[in-house]
Amino acid sequence: MTTDVIAQDSHDEHHDDSHEHGKMTGIKRWLYTTNHKDIGTLYLWFAFIMFLTGGAMAMVIRAELFQPGLQLVEPDFFNQLTTVHGLIMVFGAIMPAFTGFANWMIPMMIGAPDMALPRMNNWSFWILPFAFAILLSSFFMESGAPNFGWTFYAPLSTTYSNGSTAFFVFAVHIMGISSIMGAINIVVTIMNLRAPGMTYMKMPLFVWTFFITAYLLIAVMPVLAGVVTMLLTDTYFGTSFFDAAGGGDPVMFQHIFWFFGHPEVYIMILPAFGIVSTTIPAFSRKRLFGYSSMVYATSSIALLSFIVWAHHMFTTGMPLFGELFFMYCTMLIAVPTGVKVFNWVATMWRGSLSFETPMLFSIAFVILFTIGGFSGLMLAMTPVDFQYHDTYFVVAHFHYVLVTGSLFSIYAGAYYWLPKWTGHMYNDTLSKWHFWCSLISVNLLFFPMHFLGLAGMPRRIPDYALQFADFNKWVSIGGFAFGLSQLIFLVVVIKCIRGGEKAPAKPWDGAIGLEWTVASPAPYHTFSTPPPQKDIDNADQHEH
Amino acid sequence: MTNKEYESYYVPSQSHWPIIGAVALFMIAFGAGNYVTDLANEESGYGGYLLLAGIALIIYMLVGWFSDVINESLTGKYSHQMDNSFRQGMSWFIFSEVMFFVAFFGALLYLRVFSVPWLGGAGNNVETGAVLWPDFTAIWPLIKTPDGTTTTAMGWFGLPLINTVLLMTSSVTAHFAHSALLKNNRKGLKAWLGLTIILGVAFICFQVLEYAHGYSEEMRLFLDSGVYGNTFYLLTGFHGMHVTLGCIMLIIMWLRVLKGHFTPDNHFAFQAASWYWHFVDVVWVMLFVFVYIL
Repeated sequence: MTTDVIAQDSHDEHHDDSHEHGKMTGIKRWLYTTNHKDIGTLYLWFAFIMFLTGGAMAMVIRAELFQPGLQLVEPDFFNQLTTVHGLIMVFGAIMPAFTGFANWMIPMMIGAPDMALPRMNNWSFWILPFAFAILLSSFFMESGAPNFGWTFYAPLSTTYSNGSTAFFVFAVHIMGISSIMGAINIVVTIMNLRAPGMTYMKMPLFVWTFFITAYLLIAVMPVLAGVVTMLLTDTYFGTSFFDAAGGGDPVMFQHIFWFFGHPEVYIMILPAFGIVSTTIPAFSRKRLFGYSSMVYATSSIALLSFIVWAHHMFTTGMPLFGELFFMYCTMLIAVPTGVKVFNWVATMWRGSLSFETPMLFSIAFVILFTIGGFSGLMLAMTPVDFQYHDTYFVVAHFHYVLVTGSLFSIYAGAYYWLPKWTGHMYNDTLSKWHFWCSLISVNLLFFPMHFLGLAGMPRRIPDYALQFADFNKWVSIGGFAFGLSQLIFLVVVIKCIRGGEKAPAKPWDGAIGLEWTVASPAPYHTFSTPPPQKDIDNADQHEH
Repeated sequence: MTNKEYESYYVPSQSHWPIIGAVALFMIAFGAGNYVTDLANEESGYGGYLLLAGIALIIYMLVGWFSDVINESLTGKYSHQMDNSFRQGMSWFIFSEVMFFVAFFGALLYLRVFSVPWLGGAGNNVETGAVLWPDFTAIWPLIKTPDGTTTTAMGWFGLPLINTVLLMTSSVTAHFAHSALLKNNRKGLKAWLGLTIILGVAFICFQVLEYAHGYSEEMRLFLDSGVYGNTFYLLTGFHGMHVTLGCIMLIIMWLRVLKGHFTPDNHFAFQAASWYWHFVDVVWVMLFVFVYIL
């Protein structure tokens, strides 16, 4: 097809058969939609609702832990809450939020008309609420909800299961199907739908991180499906994969689970890297420092993530060689991660910085994620991990990387693109309140957990020794404050959708990227014909 | 997509199939969850019916969704680029299927290399063997588990060997069918594809026979006969399910060929079914080596 045909194409038949359909109205619009922006919105709202649900559970957990002794909930229900809190935040909040960003932004950033497989895109989203309905329904059953931790170690989830394993397993199967289809869609969109002239090394780093994340998902979600299937047959059909009496091994569960679980950790952080690699250059009014090294660092982290899984299992009695191998591989990850942190700082170096809310969240991300990274390095050292394993130090570590890491990046991205999504500027004062309240309370919430862990407080317990009482009180106060602060965000978003100052096509003077070449709010269909070459050249994140 | 070429990309209009599919998956998962839980509690409930209704609904959805896609394809809405999207999507789907099997093969290797020898006292596990399972000897196939369950191992000669020959031959005939399609030799296409289906169905029948043999009093090889039975039935079982699915795909392709669908340069669906068939064939070869022979 020649260039002449392009023009002709886009003006007649093209519009007749594909882009003529506008929005449907009412509920049907959302149920039947094939539009990447609609589906992105659905993902984002779903993630936020799940975030509040999981957060409410965390509030109960912190209320119970406010003082020693058992006050509010039974230990078994406490275990159900910690388990479902973890599952919801991982599979229901962080991952769908990132998929929402991917849906909204990737087609616009690469100049594509939509995601490559729009109907499958709809299916990927709509099976998620059903999966969580199944998971949450077990709260109302005789068995109660899963109570074996979000890592569902055998034999807690097999021999000693409270009877919720089947619902848990089938819910996870659906979440896995959703993730795999979503990831295939992202990969195919990026490989096949880039606008002419948008080469791989010209793609925004945001797109690169989602590209690599999607590969991780396709590779490990089926392994999760495999391990929960073995769990199901062990619990209900008499197999003994994780039972020594029949020749199996409970530790094998941990190997297979963490072979999924560790790449999963990076699935939840690589997109965050992509988001702050977009916002930091925008508010530093510079190009991203070391674009290519960012791409290679992201790829290295992804590859290394497949050979570090057993660092979650140092205390299971692995052979010494195994402990050393996994310790060194894990520490190796600090190198590409360090490259990234260096590049973000170097991007800000001598930049013309301004501190809009997305930038505030991004800077907080860089500092606090690095703290989480450092505590990760401490946990990576086998002999030290023997002391830290299963204590609140671990809880502090992964909440620093997941809350002040992933979640803060999600807020940075949400504030950055809200004008593009809604056509209005968000309320600046309220958003600053949201940031500062979150920043202070989140540190009050998670920082003392380091000390609790070092002092030996185990995780996943409803009661604790008296010596931990003071820190736990402060942690709980931080927790309630952080939980309430998130409601400010809800208010900001609703206000922003309903009205506010009209946003120009490009509200941030330092922003680059194709998404800023279209109007705000973004039209229902964008880039039905590819963007002009000069726009693609301008969107290049390389330093010039 | 690196050159100047740009074709219009077909973005389908709103569709009700995905939400029907979502409801169907919910019914399957929730029904199965109830069914399995009731089974464990020795109660009877509605789980099984919900599961069956869900399966019926998902079949309805697949038929409807694929009819839409076939119609769009036949009316020429798909560009070359769209075809690429489908191809890449199918390849990554098959890759995800490979990773599913990797989990089970990984479990098999872990059991054989680590856990069974350790239970017998290998490595630094002398105490495990001596104190916990003094009567246990580590051998593979594990015909006597640590807790004393005994079973018999399935040999590789006979049915499994016949099945290997059948499936490998079917991969070749599927390739011939594709070559015939590329040469626009419709007669050859129909014949080779038909032969592939016959070989596939024969494979499934023999697999059922083999299971019946395993479950007979003579062999007593059950799903719950320790890790040998576990890995044997789950690996061959999931493979068998994939072969069945592949066969259904091939039968649909054959019916479409009879209706005159597919041209030498537009036959993604046929290609996808044939890729899938080669994939189940490769998995079988791995199974034959690691489950049956070694």
